[in-house]
Amino acid sequence: MNFDLTDEQRAIQSLAREFAQNEVKPRAEQMDRDEAFPYELVAKMGELGFMGLPFPEEYGGAGGDTVSYALAVMEIARADASTAITMAAHVSLGATPFYLFGTQEQKERYLVPLAQGKMLWGFGLTEPNAGSDAGNVSTKATLKDGNWVINGTKAFITNSGTSISGGTTITAVTGTRPDGKPEISNLIVPQDTPGFVRSKKYKKMGWRASDTRELSFADATVPEENLLGPRGEGYHQFLTILDGGRISVAALSIGLATGAYDEAIKYAKERHAFGRPISKFQAISFKLVDMLTEIEHARLMMLRAAWEKDQGRDYVQSASFAKLFAGELSHRVVNEALQVHGGYGFMDEYPISRMYRDQKINEIGEGTNEVQRLVLARLMGL
Amino acid sequence: MKIVVTVKLVPDPNAEKRIDSATKRLVRSGVETVLNPYDEYALEAALQLKERAGGDTSVVVFSMAPEALKETLRKALAMGADEAVFLSDAGLEGSDVWATAYAMSQALKKIGFDLLIVGGLTDDGSTGAVPGALAEHLGVPCITNARKAEIADGTLRVERETDSGYQTVRGPLPALLTTALTFGEPRYASLKGIMGAKKKTIAPLTLADIGLDLAVGSDGAKMQLEAFAPPPARGKGRTVEAADGAAGAQAIFDFLKEKKLV
Ligand SMILES: Cc1cc2nc3c(=O)[nH]c(=O)nc-3n(C[C@H](O)[C@H](O)[C@H](O)COP(=O)(O)OP(=O)(O)OC[C@H]3O[C@@H](n4cnc5c(N)ncnc54)[C@H](O)[C@@H]3O)c2cc1C
Ligand SMILES: Cc1cc2nc3c(=O)[nH]c(=O)nc-3n(C[C@H](O)[C@H](O)[C@H](O)COP(=O)(O)OP(=O)(O)OC[C@H]3O[C@@H](n4cnc5c(N)ncnc54)[C@H](O)[C@@H]3O)c2cc1C
Repeated sequence: MNFDLTDEQRAIQSLAREFAQNEVKPRAEQMDRDEAFPYELVAKMGELGFMGLPFPEEYGGAGGDTVSYALAVMEIARADASTAITMAAHVSLGATPFYLFGTQEQKERYLVPLAQGKMLWGFGLTEPNAGSDAGNVSTKATLKDGNWVINGTKAFITNSGTSISGGTTITAVTGTRPDGKPEISNLIVPQDTPGFVRSKKYKKMGWRASDTRELSFADATVPEENLLGPRGEGYHQFLTILDGGRISVAALSIGLATGAYDEAIKYAKERHAFGRPISKFQAISFKLVDMLTEIEHARLMMLRAAWEKDQGRDYVQSASFAKLFAGELSHRVVNEALQVHGGYGFMDEYPISRMYRDQKINEIGEGTNEVQRLVLARLMGL
Repeated sequence: MKIVVTVKLVPDPNAEKRIDSATKRLVRSGVETVLNPYDEYALEAALQLKERAGGDTSVVVFSMAPEALKETLRKALAMGADEAVFLSDAGLEGSDVWATAYAMSQALKKIGFDLLIVGGLTDDGSTGAVPGALAEHLGVPCITNARKAEIADGTLRVERETDSGYQTVRGPLPALLTTALTFGEPRYASLKGIMGAKKKTIAPLTLADIGLDLAVGSDGAKMQLEAFAPPPARGKGRTVEAADGAAGAQAIFDFLKEKKLV
């Protein structure tokens, strides 16, 4: 057994840390306040290779492994969750479907610019009436004269409406299976598709600098070849995509928790009460110890899932464990980290207040806490 | 054209430092080793010159350090240097500036260069004496504190930064240059750079390879580090008590004026 990161993984981690601390962190507060999408940072992250970190070089990627990717997401989230989800959703949800299921031509046309960070891409699974029950798709696509004609609505789609978004891959019902159930397929819908409209950005409590929109399709028409992978494979495809996505959301949660811990320990050493730094009160120092203990716990779980994926092993269970634990842990850590700040933590100008707001979605996105338990109960044969 | 950049591997400037009282050396364990920050600027300068020159210009980084630190040099390769040369030998332990510069110059003669770019100062030893000593040993001009440089027809033109302004100087190659921080912020090592760096070579050199006429290491050291002490603890600050903000600001201003700080 070996807990050491490779030289390369460490180099990627320290690059991500340097970039996050120098470039991302100083901008986080303003971006959150203005709900300003981090165009400049995304461009830089594209140049450095973050936006295509785990894809092979032949597709414009950096050729990194899942462990390196997770470490990078963690470091970015430690500085700013909005920037981290922009990167993580782009890589895990936007670009990965092309890498896993795309034809050679689709890879060249979409994956290459996505991996280079020149274009962003969304993944549209959730609908106003299908969230946890994502298989209950009501968006429909019918094949007419060599084109798919799409009608329906998608909700909460990340990276779908920035000025560099190229399009969104959506799940749609494309017919009926022999067993009478709906046939679900994934369709590639470029931004300029007639009949495809993005709403304004949602007003959000957290992840405010990230781009989340509602998408509507009114006779939106794409060519027949915009099918991603075989027809009728949409359900299996999105389950596979979500499995990988869980590792990145776990990494994001741990990164955010680490950032909250960074703020708490700094503040605890500076703030004096009753004539000494509050870090000297056991009630505070124990909180800090517990935070770091839990962060370490989650980190090991998440890295194990990432490592299993890199080894080509079944990582579904460990990814679900990690996502569930890390999501809930980020809630506890951020809450205690704010508590350490006292009243100042409730003030806008302290980063911890932003982190507190940014945290909540970690327990909802890419499978709620309840859904993770559902997945795990099934895996445990319950 | 061959540009060589010297890079010292130093303890992380952000880490707390401790000196072992018995050996009088810096305690390295538990402290990460990084590229000396000024040397990242030197490397940035080299990479910019290479980008402008194009063609067959190559950038080689050179470092002298204990064997265990070798892999730290990979970051310079990830930033864009083409290859690295690493001089390491137990016989170098305890070298002072004079011995360091002599050993480095012997290695640099062997490596060969058209332009040698050296950082101005290290974060640990902080003598700033190596560049001058190197130029002396190598018999090349030493142009310090450069903010801009260009090479045309084998001639080096450099804009130097001084307290009172800028100077433009010209000289032949080979030459030694030290960089000012205004030359340009060091670039990040890209992911591609990191992945590519493992395929680049770090060529090892030992004392036997470079040939020495004079002693190095503790034997060759003309200086001994005799005593050391942490900086004196900061005294208690003065607290200004005032009736209101304006009076407080005035009191602080008076104090600064008295100290001739404003
Ligand atoms: C900022 C943001 C970004 C997002 N980005 C994307 C994106 O890029 N692409 C995308 O497709 N989606 C995205 N989503 C959607 C997200 O994945 C869903 O919100 C999430 O899956 C939950 O679905 P829902 O909101 O419909 O909640 P519901 O499914 O309605 O759940 C409501 C509550 O009921 C519980 N519940 C539901 N079913 C069960 C059950 N069987 N047993 C026990 N409890 C249950 C849930 O856990 C939850 O507590 C995003 C959401 C947000 C807020
Ligand atoms: C705390 C401490 C105090 C010291 N005090 C003295 C002293 O007073 N007198 C003395 O003679 N020695 C001293 N030394 C030893 C001295 O640091 C070494 O000889 C060192 O290699 C050269 O000096 P410097 O670090 O000050 O380099 P500087 O002259 O500050 O370095 C300038 C540039 O030279 C290059 N360079 C320097 N060393 C290397 C290297 N090993 N490999 C590659 N490039 C390099 C770098 O580009 C660097 O930016 C001290 C060392 C320490 C750790």
